[in-house]
Amino acid sequence: MKPPRSPQFLARETYRMRRLMDAARFLPVLGVVLVLLPLMRHSPQTEAPPTASEGVYLFLVWFGLIAGSFLLSRGLRRTLDIPKRQPRPSAPSKD
Amino acid sequence: MSFNMLVLTCLAYVILLFVVASLAERSADEGRADWLRSPAVYTLSLSVYCTAWTFYGAVGYATRSGLEFMTIYLGPTLVFVGWWVLLRKLVRIGRENRVTSIADMISARYGKSNLLGVIVTLLCIAAGTPYIALQLQSISQSFTVFVTDPVGASLAGDRTLIAFWVAVGLAFFTIAFGTRNLDANEQHHGVVTAIAVEAVVKLVALLAVGIFVVWFVASGPADILARIDAQALPEWEIQPGRWSGLILLSAIAIVCLPRMFQVLVVENTNDQHLATASWAFPLYLFLISLFVLPIAVVGMELMPEGSNPDMFVLTVPLALGQDGLALLSFLGGFSAATSMVIVASLALATMVSNHIVVPLWLKLRAARSLDQGDMRLLVLSVRRLSITLVLALGYLYYVVTGGSEALAAIGLIAFVGVAQVLPALLGALFWRGASRTGAALGLIVGMALWFYTLFLPSFGPDILMSAQLMQEGLFGLSWLRPYSLFGISTLDPLLHALFWSLMLNALVFCLGSLLSFPSPIERVQGALFVDVFDRSGPARSWTRPVAEAEDLLPMAQRILGPIEGQAFFRAQAEAQGKQGFLPDITPEFLEALELKFSGSVGAATAHAMLAQSVGTAVVSVEDLMAVASETAQIMEYSAQLEAKSEELSRTARKLRDANEMLQKLSVQKDAFLSQISHELRTPMTSIRAFSEIMMDSDAMSPEERAHFAQIIHDESIRLTRLLDDLLDLSVLEHGQVQLNIAPVQLRDLIDKAIRSSESVQADRKFRILRNRDPEGLEIITDAGRLTQVFINILSNARKYCISDDPQMQIKVRSRKDKVEVDFIDNGAGIPRDKQALIFEKFSRLTDSMQAGGAGLGLAICREIMHNLGGDITYVPGQGGAAFRVSFPMVLQPRDADARAAQSQASVAE
Repeated sequence: MKPPRSPQFLARETYRMRRLMDAARFLPVLGVVLVLLPLMRHSPQTEAPPTASEGVYLFLVWFGLIAGSFLLSRGLRRTLDIPKRQPRPSAPSKD
Repeated sequence: MSFNMLVLTCLAYVILLFVVASLAERSADEGRADWLRSPAVYTLSLSVYCTAWTFYGAVGYATRSGLEFMTIYLGPTLVFVGWWVLLRKLVRIGRENRVTSIADMISARYGKSNLLGVIVTLLCIAAGTPYIALQLQSISQSFTVFVTDPVGASLAGDRTLIAFWVAVGLAFFTIAFGTRNLDANEQHHGVVTAIAVEAVVKLVALLAVGIFVVWFVASGPADILARIDAQALPEWEIQPGRWSGLILLSAIAIVCLPRMFQVLVVENTNDQHLATASWAFPLYLFLISLFVLPIAVVGMELMPEGSNPDMFVLTVPLALGQDGLALLSFLGGFSAATSMVIVASLALATMVSNHIVVPLWLKLRAARSLDQGDMRLLVLSVRRLSITLVLALGYLYYVVTGGSEALAAIGLIAFVGVAQVLPALLGALFWRGASRTGAALGLIVGMALWFYTLFLPSFGPDILMSAQLMQEGLFGLSWLRPYSLFGISTLDPLLHALFWSLMLNALVFCLGSLLSFPSPIERVQGALFVDVFDRSGPARSWTRPVAEAEDLLPMAQRILGPIEGQAFFRAQAEAQGKQGFLPDITPEFLEALELKFSGSVGAATAHAMLAQSVGTAVVSVEDLMAVASETAQIMEYSAQLEAKSEELSRTARKLRDANEMLQKLSVQKDAFLSQISHELRTPMTSIRAFSEIMMDSDAMSPEERAHFAQIIHDESIRLTRLLDDLLDLSVLEHGQVQLNIAPVQLRDLIDKAIRSSESVQADRKFRILRNRDPEGLEIITDAGRLTQVFINILSNARKYCISDDPQMQIKVRSRKDKVEVDFIDNGAGIPRDKQALIFEKFSRLTDSMQAGGAGLGLAICREIMHNLGGDITYVPGQGGAAFRVSFPMVLQPRDADARAAQSQASVAE
């Protein structure tokens, strides 16, 4: 028997949006974990700390977080308030 | 480069900023300000986070501690990446409640408490001072480094002098643009634009130095990475405690720093900008941090041992002969310092004027009831004074500490200070139970600990805190040593202070909130803040115009100044298509006016002022409470009225009852009189008739005469008896009877009564059934009266008992101190419907059966028994007429009197 072609869950859009909000809540948690990872990676017994590689790692994580935030904010923009028009500055002439 | 040259460059740069700010102001005035409120400008203005501390200090920090400098930027990155959780709510609340500063936010949430506003303001000033000192220090240091010619070096070497002039210059710029038109949250276009320009300058400068270092000094990224590893020091090891602690601290600071709150929340106009900033601001921080470590490493390679790493951004290009690049770098640092000082002093000045001076002034004015006075001038002066004061404090701090410490340390001291606001702020956003008491106590505790464990010791031994105290603790108690409170000595001073102050702050905040009881305003504000997303849009709106535009214009003139106020009114009138200065009072106009005011005197004050003169649809909580208390008063009053009217109706009911009783009594009296007349007339008629017969007829036999005389005699006896009875009854009813109380045998009384009653219808034979044993009771009562009752009952039985074989049963019972005597005959008894009547006066069951009685006998019996403290009742269902006489075994004379009085009272009623 052929499955129905149309999706069974109709409010797909809303559902996606809610999961996007969940993702926005998870992202900083992921960020904290990734940023704290270097603490567990290196034992203080070794001679010189691997500053260069850790630096590269941290900047990559950082950039990843920025990219993730960029994508999320694009998606979530639709749920935000439509910007209200600011009241125009009133005094037409100011010297 | 010569000193004069450098000063000229600075001046040129500042003039450029002036021009930019003026242009921005002008285009905003001309209504072309939309581009000024773009997400890009918003994000760039957030860069006031990156001060001179970042620009110079980050490289120094990296030189000393390696990657640890990144913590200062990773914390804010995490907060912005998680904007959906915290910042979105913070910004929305700030916008909807027209918050003007972080102190305003805390004060508004906790019941508009000015106490909290003052505490936070003081805290922010205390924390802001070292930060401003830091900027002054960095600028004067950069001057010293830059000036190489011998003439200028002596001048440039005097750091406090340079710091002083920089402070003066910054105060001038801030006053010029920050207090130009007295508007805290709407029209800082000039300042914001200047800051955006500065943000670009410092980013470009740092990137330029970085690119130069990586691609021109070193040979690309790979080379730089190799050099980093080659230069890595053991101190660069990431320390877990400091790493996570500093990330936390900087994450707190990005929200709590007054200047960050100013640009992040107060200057925000919509959520879309925040969405953009959520990735764009971390990107800015990313770019700023990217070349810090390369510059540090190259600096370490190139510069001689012992040179100040905080100045590598400047000294490296100088050492390599790149004067142009060095100048750019100098301008970048100058930008970073000036933008921070401008925004910070603006934010602090707003707090000081809105939370300390204006409330005080309003209070004084209310006390003196002075209505005149230019508010605008006052607020402007207060702001200008506050800016000067803040900068003066910063300068003082710089002079006192000597400016010898590393830049990073001063910045972090400020961070820990403002972090004390965090518990109250998070409570404000997420916990409805958070209360004013808790917030105030937490803030005070946190602030005190910060002062004791970090701020005061930061000046160094023997400046504000004696070396002995730092060594041995307060009062010589070692567990009170500022740097190792309660014996915790493994943490470094910063983490130690952060740990204790935040922990005890949060603890006291929670305890205080749990144990105190918030006022209604607090609870309403708490609900408004915590559930900000559950409401559909702002609830505030002006709907019902009450005041005239004429009334509002003078107020506007006082607050905005005459020219500005009139211009605003004229513009509004024009927008409505009207000529002149008086627009119609529409909700839109009022909203615009309030917005205008709120920039000058703070949102809460503006709203209150307009609400006073206009009357608003959205009632403030205070109004609601006033209304509620009035309502309560009215309700109480109406309850009193109700009670009174109930009492009245009760009285009326009583009166009605009394009236009915009187009417009934009147009817009874009438009936009684007619009965009496009837009873009296019957014997009188026969007496008169027979006496007339005797008078008229002469021929009358002696027998006849005797017969008639007998009849007359009988009737007069009957009449006399009737009158005797009536008199008796009257005496009994009025309790005026004299009782002869004496001990007597009940049996004797009954014997006597039986004997006396035998004279009635003496021909009938009655069998008396009695048990003589229980009758042998000694009683104390009026024997004569009691016998009278018994005789009456027995006589009635003899008269009315229709049985062929009449008998009378007499039963005596004694219960406790009561005696009951039952008289039961075997006649027909009394019909049920008549049973209630037999004790009434003149009640006779049948006329036919009457035997000379006037129907007063039982009525008299009842009165007698009441006087004797007992009763007589008819007992139905005993096989005949049954009367029960009950009386106390011992009659107390006093009881008798009381009963008589009661009986009298009941008659009177």
